[in-house]
Amino acid sequence: MPPSRPFTVTDMNKTRTSGRTVGGLRSLSLQAPAVSLLLLWMLIPLGMTLWFSFQRYNLLMPGMTGFAGLENYEYLFTDPALWSAMGTTLLMVGWVLAITVVGGTLLAVLFQQEFMGQGIARVLAISPFFVMPTVSALVWKNMMMHPANGVLSWVAELFGLPAVDWFSSLPLTSIIIIVAWQWLPFALLILLTALQSLDEDQVEAARMDGAGPIAIFFFITLPHLKRAISVVIMIEMIFLLTIFAEIFVTTSGGPGLATTNLAYLIYIRALLDFDVGMASAGGVIAIILANIVAIFLVRMVARNLES
Amino acid sequence: MTTARTKPLSTSHSAPQAQRAPLLGILHSRRLWLGMLGWSVALLIFFPIFWMVLTGFKTEAEAIAEPSLIFSPTLESYDAVQNRAGYAKFALNSVVVAFGSTLLALLIAIPAAYAMAFLPTRRTKGTLLWMLSTKMLPPVGVLVPIYLLFRDVGLLDTRTGLVIVYTLMNLPIVVWMLYTFFKDMPKDILEAGRMDGAGTLQEVLYLLLPLTLPGIASTGLLSVILSWNEAFWSLNLTSSQAAPLTAYIASFSSPEGLFWAKLSAASTMAIAPILVFGWLTQKQMVRGLTFGAVK
Repeated sequence: MPPSRPFTVTDMNKTRTSGRTVGGLRSLSLQAPAVSLLLLWMLIPLGMTLWFSFQRYNLLMPGMTGFAGLENYEYLFTDPALWSAMGTTLLMVGWVLAITVVGGTLLAVLFQQEFMGQGIARVLAISPFFVMPTVSALVWKNMMMHPANGVLSWVAELFGLPAVDWFSSLPLTSIIIIVAWQWLPFALLILLTALQSLDEDQVEAARMDGAGPIAIFFFITLPHLKRAISVVIMIEMIFLLTIFAEIFVTTSGGPGLATTNLAYLIYIRALLDFDVGMASAGGVIAIILANIVAIFLVRMVARNLES
Repeated sequence: MTTARTKPLSTSHSAPQAQRAPLLGILHSRRLWLGMLGWSVALLIFFPIFWMVLTGFKTEAEAIAEPSLIFSPTLESYDAVQNRAGYAKFALNSVVVAFGSTLLALLIAIPAAYAMAFLPTRRTKGTLLWMLSTKMLPPVGVLVPIYLLFRDVGLLDTRTGLVIVYTLMNLPIVVWMLYTFFKDMPKDILEAGRMDGAGTLQEVLYLLLPLTLPGIASTGLLSVILSWNEAFWSLNLTSSQAAPLTAYIASFSSPEGLFWAKLSAASTMAIAPILVFGWLTQKQMVRGLTFGAVK
């Protein structure tokens, strides 16, 4: 890179001794494998997705190829399935975020307190995060939420309530519960770590001034956690925008389109309908959505890198 | 809620004798309540995993019967999964893919992170942030091209294909995490090594790596965990030959494959090692998962 841009090299020479410039070259060559591989990994698929999204390309109809202009996007945007999938995506992301952030904050405060065996209790509470998504989805679907023999229906029966057929009557809620169960420990883990840097003296001082535990939570703990909470929200958003495996093994997007989110719709178009063009147009939309979130996250990390 | 007050009590050893006894009483009851609350929440969250482990030791008939804690444990589901369902093949795929991709990622990332931490240029920060941003690319957005490319070069349903994808998927996180660990290392030690005439390679091999081994280990473990649990690419890029455990477990979702005890036995074996890895690295993992934004 430096030879093709002599500007930067001379620029660097002004501020650094000549020995450091050699260091700069060495630095670049050491980073080269990682950077070039990631560049390929990003540019090739991205370029291809973009290219395909303007092509008429269906694997089932090999004869019909060629430039399609905005046709794929037009089909996609007039397809009611897209809007339904967008709504489902929004509901999934929104509800899981609400549950995990509120729950995670409360749990972090709880597990920050000292009690008998708190270390072990903590470990148990964060465990779901390490369970592979296909396992958690199937365990919940069968052993927890089965209408006849699931634990939940057994508990409902215990209280004299009617058993719920979770996946037929509340499919989206069921998936939200499963995903929230997986991500609640993530929020807990991050927020618990952030809580450990809370200044005890400040809490002490507030207490001396007569602040109650609720006031301390809202005026000291919560402001302290502000940044960690926004990091949790952004990272979760990026992953939750494209929930796939949980849907794949439980509802396959159904009944109807009830649990088809954007990721699953693209999968249907691509690998079930073999409509490469349309699936790519969907992919472009997913990338744009994720990037809107990503910009904020990258900015925040960048600010942190400065300090 | 009321716990905020426990701290001064526990530190107020100088309190007058007369006050001490009742205060300690309150302290203990508060801790007791907190403990009960904390443990109930923890057990409630952990319950599905506990129930799954338990179901793995039941017979199929007991597994779908009314939920019960009382049964005579049997290993027949474990036997069935291992001997008839070919569990070992899928487990081997998972091991090869998770550890292979992690080793490869470490190999590529260590020089890069070294350069970024010890030979920073003005582009280093930008490079780090750009790497982070590649992680934001939703996999579903590039599913079509990757699938077609893999089909054309014969990488579909191969372990090599998954290793490539997972290496690149985890590379940004691995570089970032190593970078934060390397940065925390005192520079004087490397300086001293250089004075004694150590070259870059020796410096890295004999000073940097041994000194930052715990950090490298937890980075590697996080990468193993993420690859092991990855289910988007494994479900879409593999079928019978290279399918890792995530895809194997998914095969239990078909109606004719619904055997709860076997599903539970297979699941327990599939998640046990990763659960232990996760417990071991939970603290350092926060760095990697939040790109150093939360420490």
